[in-house]
Amino acid sequence: MTREITGAQSLVHSLEAVGADVVFGIPGGAILPAYDPLFDSTRVRHILVRHEQGAGHAAEGYAQATGRVGVCMATSGPGATNLVTPIADAYMDSVPMVAITGQVASAAIGTDAFQEADICGITLPITKHNFLVQSVDDIPRTIAEAFHLAGTGRPGPVLVDLPKDILQSVTSVLPHEIWPPTLDLPGYRPITRPHNKQVREAAKLISASRRPVLYIGGGVLRARAAAELRTLAEMTGIPVVTTLMARGAFPDSHPQHLGMPGMHGSVAAVTALQKADLLITLGARFDDRVTGRLASFAPKAAVIHADIDPAEIGKNRTADVPIVGDCREVINELIAALVTEPRPELESWWRTLDGWRRTYPLGYDAPPDGALAPQHVIERLGRIAGPETIFAAGVGQHQMWAAQFISYENPYTWLNSGGAGTMGFAVPAAMGAKVGRPDATVWAIDGDGCFQMTNQELATCALEGIPIKVAVINNGSLGMVRQWQTLFYDKRYSNTELGTHPASPRTGVKRVPDFVRLAEALGCVGLRCDSAAEVDATIEKAMAIDDAPVVVDFVVHPDAMVWPMVAAGASNDDIRVARDLAPDFDYSGDAEVNL
Amino acid sequence: MATNPVAANLPLSNQERDIMTRHTLSVLVENKPGVLARVSGLFSRRGFNIESLAVGPTEHPDVSRMTIVVAVEDLPLEQVTKQLNKLVNVLKIVEMDTSVSVQRELMLLKVRADLSVRSQVLETVALFRAKVVDVAPDAVTIEATGTRDKLDALIRMLEPFGIRELVQSGMVALGRGSRSITDRSLRAVDRSA
Repeated sequence: MTREITGAQSLVHSLEAVGADVVFGIPGGAILPAYDPLFDSTRVRHILVRHEQGAGHAAEGYAQATGRVGVCMATSGPGATNLVTPIADAYMDSVPMVAITGQVASAAIGTDAFQEADICGITLPITKHNFLVQSVDDIPRTIAEAFHLAGTGRPGPVLVDLPKDILQSVTSVLPHEIWPPTLDLPGYRPITRPHNKQVREAAKLISASRRPVLYIGGGVLRARAAAELRTLAEMTGIPVVTTLMARGAFPDSHPQHLGMPGMHGSVAAVTALQKADLLITLGARFDDRVTGRLASFAPKAAVIHADIDPAEIGKNRTADVPIVGDCREVINELIAALVTEPRPELESWWRTLDGWRRTYPLGYDAPPDGALAPQHVIERLGRIAGPETIFAAGVGQHQMWAAQFISYENPYTWLNSGGAGTMGFAVPAAMGAKVGRPDATVWAIDGDGCFQMTNQELATCALEGIPIKVAVINNGSLGMVRQWQTLFYDKRYSNTELGTHPASPRTGVKRVPDFVRLAEALGCVGLRCDSAAEVDATIEKAMAIDDAPVVVDFVVHPDAMVWPMVAAGASNDDIRVARDLAPDFDYSGDAEVNL
Repeated sequence: MATNPVAANLPLSNQERDIMTRHTLSVLVENKPGVLARVSGLFSRRGFNIESLAVGPTEHPDVSRMTIVVAVEDLPLEQVTKQLNKLVNVLKIVEMDTSVSVQRELMLLKVRADLSVRSQVLETVALFRAKVVDVAPDAVTIEATGTRDKLDALIRMLEPFGIRELVQSGMVALGRGSRSITDRSLRAVDRSA
């Protein structure tokens, strides 16, 4: 007699076989059959989150910290739709993730049944691919295909929708016996190996260039090519800029690193791109937050553009040398091709760049009233926690400061929501990262606005033994929006005051919520710091606690702004280092380079 | 050409639409549920209007073939083709150049044709090598195949009699000569099966 198992068992066995060791999720009616065998699994740890959005971001944090595919699970209808935001986030940032959702029974699909949502239809434009499983026998192959699609080529989210009756029916297809199943993906053939001729062409351009810049995007991290990048940079002597998604791909302390380009990038990084004669673009996509007004971006530069996704090449900026391939293979091939080419002459370019770096370093003014500067908190946090620490940020001012003022020395130590800009990313992403890398210290750097969107996952952290640390950069408002109101809306602070400061001018109420008491209520240690003198001691106190999650309420100056800044839609040539203060590029140091 | 600021905001006339290049794409896809939604959704999401779309099975049961006509400039066409190629269920995309392919549409029209004009209608039908597939006392239903231009001409000729109803299949296209675009893709499907 052949052995038979249920679809639910097939799912759990398939997850075990594919090597998924953690699933973040919440049960509900349609997915309930899967939770029964999951209860018995010794190889898949299920972490019960408090909101499906938290499950999705946790899977993203896990994936970005470990390089493995993150997994989240939810029931049908609202459970599945709560995953939409993290799925969209993972799609924008190319994060490998598999989302497993329950669906109403096959016969009820399309009848507006209880907790029915067409999640495959809903996620069509925000997934790399999705599956509605129609036969119990297909479960192992579908799970294998989902993980393969999520983790290879340009990574991304893949959703598997499982009707309840499919989970309940029986099959004689046993995952452990047939693993690995034969994949049926005839239309999926990612190109990883770059074209030889293109690589040689690129090497020639690099060798002949006089003002080149290595424009590095998140693709270099996804390809796990940080070491290769360093070799390439050092053998050529070419300056490096790392985008928001690529922080950590190249050590910040490296003398060839000019910092982050883009809307809040360093003057040196932004201007190097503007004045370059060659962009060596690796795994970046000419995002509007990097290019500013596209028509005036790097106007004199020839472009080498390498990406694993052919659709990125030529999408925003025409490439003179397009290279389709995995960044690690591309960089290795480039290194091999450059051995026989003369090293580019960059002496006068470096003199110019060093001049910009010296004249326009990143900095900030101390708040006038002795209040705590948020940049100081973040800078000290980076220094004290050290370069092995993983930082996860929310979205807004604190995210930009965390990108600017922490020195990232190692890959996979900076997690954030770059493309989608999802507020509330930090806490659940930090949770996922800590689960994936339990030995690493994980700090979430969050804003008081972001923190109120997803802090319930601290309950998960407290109960599941996931001791993350959270620095709430509490400026009492939706800071980035407020900054735009200051700059572009005549200081009319419409709906950006949050009341989380000691005394809210609008409501007169003190601290709603009180983050220290909230932390305690969620089973965490709550600390507060509101003066520069206490910053180091508070961070050290938080670092000393490793048996519980810690939340530090850093009460910071409400008017601090993120600089430098290129206003939305403006040219990168119009970068401001502070309000109404444009850099002066005509100083004598430029004389030797004909810009 | 002088630009008129008022006219610039008007929808494109047929003539203007013809100035934008019309492209015919043959897209081989896996014959799976939801593929049509994936393809058509991609076009609308990226801001392209599909002029016509025809889809049906091929000589291989696991493969369907779509013929999509879009009016679009070359650069955005390249982008949409690349995006289409990323769809996991899409096997192959080939642009059908009008000079090296056969492109046909099927049209059915119901024309008012009582005894007094029926012979004139039938004469027009014969001129266009179309055929009558249904007759009623006061109308005939005509089946015609051909290029877009030929069908447009037939419509113009029949309009004076009164067109009561009209349906078109959308363009289908096949490359001229002995080569087949399906050969290699089908081998890939066979391998994976």
